[in-house]
Amino acid sequence: MADKPIKGEKRFFVTGNEVVAWAALAAGVDIMYGYPITPQNEVMHYWTRLAPKYGRKFLQTEDEISAGFTTCGGVFSGARAFTATAGPGNTLMQEPMSMAEMMRIPAVFVITQRGGPSTATVIYSQQEVTLTCFGGNGEGMRVVYSPGSHQELYDYTIKAFNTAWKYRFPTFVLGDGYQAKMRESLIMYDPEERGIQMEPTEMIVGKEGTPGVDREPAHLRNTYNTEEELNVVVNELVDAFWKAAPEIVEHQEFNCEDADIVIVAHGVVTRAAQAAVKELRAQGKKVGHFRPITLRPYPIEAMKTAIAKAKEIILVESAEGQLDKIVKAELYGSQIPITPYFRPGMGITAEEIIEFINKKG
Amino acid sequence: MAKEYKIALAGEGGQGVQSVAGILVEAANDNGREALYIPNFGVEQRGGVSIAFVQIADEKIGSPKFKKADIVIALSDRSVRRTAQYVDERTTFVYDSAIEGIEEELPKNAAKVYAIPAIDVAKNELHPRVFNIIIMGAVIEATKVITLESAKEAIEKKLGYKFDQDPKLRELNFRALEKGAELVRQFNK
Amino acid sequence: MALAPNMPKAWRAETKPHKFCPGCGHGLILKALGECIDELGIQDRIVFGCDIGCSLLSWDFFNADAIQTHHGRTTPVLTGVKRARPDRICIAYMGDGGGYAIGSQHLVNAASRNEKVTVLLANNCNYGMTGGQMAPTTLPGMKTETSPYGRDVEATGNPTQGPEMVSAITPEGAYVARGTTANLRQLKKMIKKALETQLNGTGFSFVEALSACPTNWRTNAKDTWNFVEKEMTQYFKVGELKVPGEKEGK
Repeated sequence: MADKPIKGEKRFFVTGNEVVAWAALAAGVDIMYGYPITPQNEVMHYWTRLAPKYGRKFLQTEDEISAGFTTCGGVFSGARAFTATAGPGNTLMQEPMSMAEMMRIPAVFVITQRGGPSTATVIYSQQEVTLTCFGGNGEGMRVVYSPGSHQELYDYTIKAFNTAWKYRFPTFVLGDGYQAKMRESLIMYDPEERGIQMEPTEMIVGKEGTPGVDREPAHLRNTYNTEEELNVVVNELVDAFWKAAPEIVEHQEFNCEDADIVIVAHGVVTRAAQAAVKELRAQGKKVGHFRPITLRPYPIEAMKTAIAKAKEIILVESAEGQLDKIVKAELYGSQIPITPYFRPGMGITAEEIIEFINKKG
Repeated sequence: MAKEYKIALAGEGGQGVQSVAGILVEAANDNGREALYIPNFGVEQRGGVSIAFVQIADEKIGSPKFKKADIVIALSDRSVRRTAQYVDERTTFVYDSAIEGIEEELPKNAAKVYAIPAIDVAKNELHPRVFNIIIMGAVIEATKVITLESAKEAIEKKLGYKFDQDPKLRELNFRALEKGAELVRQFNK
Repeated sequence: MALAPNMPKAWRAETKPHKFCPGCGHGLILKALGECIDELGIQDRIVFGCDIGCSLLSWDFFNADAIQTHHGRTTPVLTGVKRARPDRICIAYMGDGGGYAIGSQHLVNAASRNEKVTVLLANNCNYGMTGGQMAPTTLPGMKTETSPYGRDVEATGNPTQGPEMVSAITPEGAYVARGTTANLRQLKKMIKKALETQLNGTGFSFVEALSACPTNWRTNAKDTWNFVEKEMTQYFKVGELKVPGEKEGK
């Protein structure tokens, strides 16, 4: 059996789905549970080829509901476990995801957003932001990372397992079909060699000893009898989430200090936004870019600082205002105008952003 | 070489545009350049026009797809129509001269339009199976994103196991690559 | 608190008396299960999962690790545990709605994949927790809250034959049986064989237990037993359908 999947620093030129499989291996994932859906499939394809060489496991389930619940089961048993899905599969998986939220199951979910609503396209969108951040009958007590490159897909997939196990909230890597299917270069590494300690996992059930004799049994509840009883539980959940939030939030900003216009975009669209800022600055325009890396919890304090001097936000996303809703709720009370540039289910290029801003004058 | 190149390769299923794109970006990456390749992979890929979006640059690349290409290669009548949208006044548009009935539909706004007899050369001079390698040679000559030598290395990497069994194949592929470059070179003079 | 002498050792005394309605069959099934756990000496290896529905009230029933899940989802949760930790003994406990309606795809596919888990299903011909609606197992003509004029099989189909279905799709090595709370000695044997099947790792194990719901059936003690013993068994035949090492079930 080969030992470490990645030794030293290695340049790879692969698809995003392959990146996820390698990152999960490098993160020490024990088992993946999954069900086929485009554009996520190759995560499973690569995992099933690589995993047995490193003594890791895979189970193909009957649907995404089962993929999500088996993942929760794996995590309960103390395994570092994950699943991946998209679109209609993400919809089905909200049920186990909401259980993970309620029971604080540190499961990791990789989402490769495709077009919506419904089956729509298998290609690309940013239309699963609301669903991933706030889906299910819950309160959005989830951590959602939105990477924008293969390097980040690798870095944040590894990080997702640590965040999940450290804070005990379900953690999401919100990619998209472009990132899933495109090939570009990145550096893969062994986390430990980079000084990243993998957060230890813990058996939530199945610990040593006879329950009731050597230890208390783990009686994990998901159902409560009274409003008061539930309210206490949810309050604890919410408090824990917001206590952890300042340690979890991440963002990036580009030329925001003196910007009149700040472009807000996330995920793969940040690439177009960054390129647009470079070009517009070269044209002498005071444009900056703020990019939330965590969509949940949202890096609102950093954003408020970034837009402090700005006269306008241009909100750019491949959806009809899903990031926009989050931003508006977070910015409540601010007077800054927000101009939408929404392209639901379509890619956005730097040229389009530049043209849009230049036309505004 | 410093320029960033955006390349759209379009053809029918079986014409090998995705494999050309794959070898091209692999070679660019091996040369330490930044490359990004995304196929169109919608439901359209079953029975539709196959398009490969390729970008090669010296720095990290922006959005994975693009609106306008520096070079468009269209290998069938449907591909010519489908790729018109990626053409602007800076675009070199390359199509196969064997495609019939598209004279009226060739992009009028392109910087340059080249008709190359790749299908004919593949069929009559070389071998139909190396058609995509001819196209690869043409792309390299038109863009200079990599050298022919590094393209050969990439081909060797990908098909070396076949060449070992039949060394003539190696020669055939390399000739196809040179030939493709030559077909474009006559325009670039 | 000490357990009464006739209580299984694996039961958790602090949570007794249990939360089920008077006359409910769940307590009997869980007693049989508790005795099997004792006899096999596997209390420290059990992961017990319960569905939503009345079965969820069993979450703190045993001195064993237990997980409350969602309606129909206990099978995949415990499959997930078992796949990651094959040394655990995973018991998924559910009702007929959870197993045969909302979670039927999980039961069917866990059985097809021959997952090494044990599914124990209480069949009481109705949805108990939600107030007595028609279940996949409601008998023809039987009145429930959503079949107030009696189940019309023309419109709603025939009652699900669970063990027969599971038996048809599991390979040799699996264990499939239907027992009844009216014959606890036999039910206990079946549950024990099911757990042994999991311990031996030969295949999926499934026991349906005919159970009573006097609250929703609105029956007295005599009629309750009459229904379980006479009416249910006419449609749901009690017996073993598949036993590891035996070609044909009895």
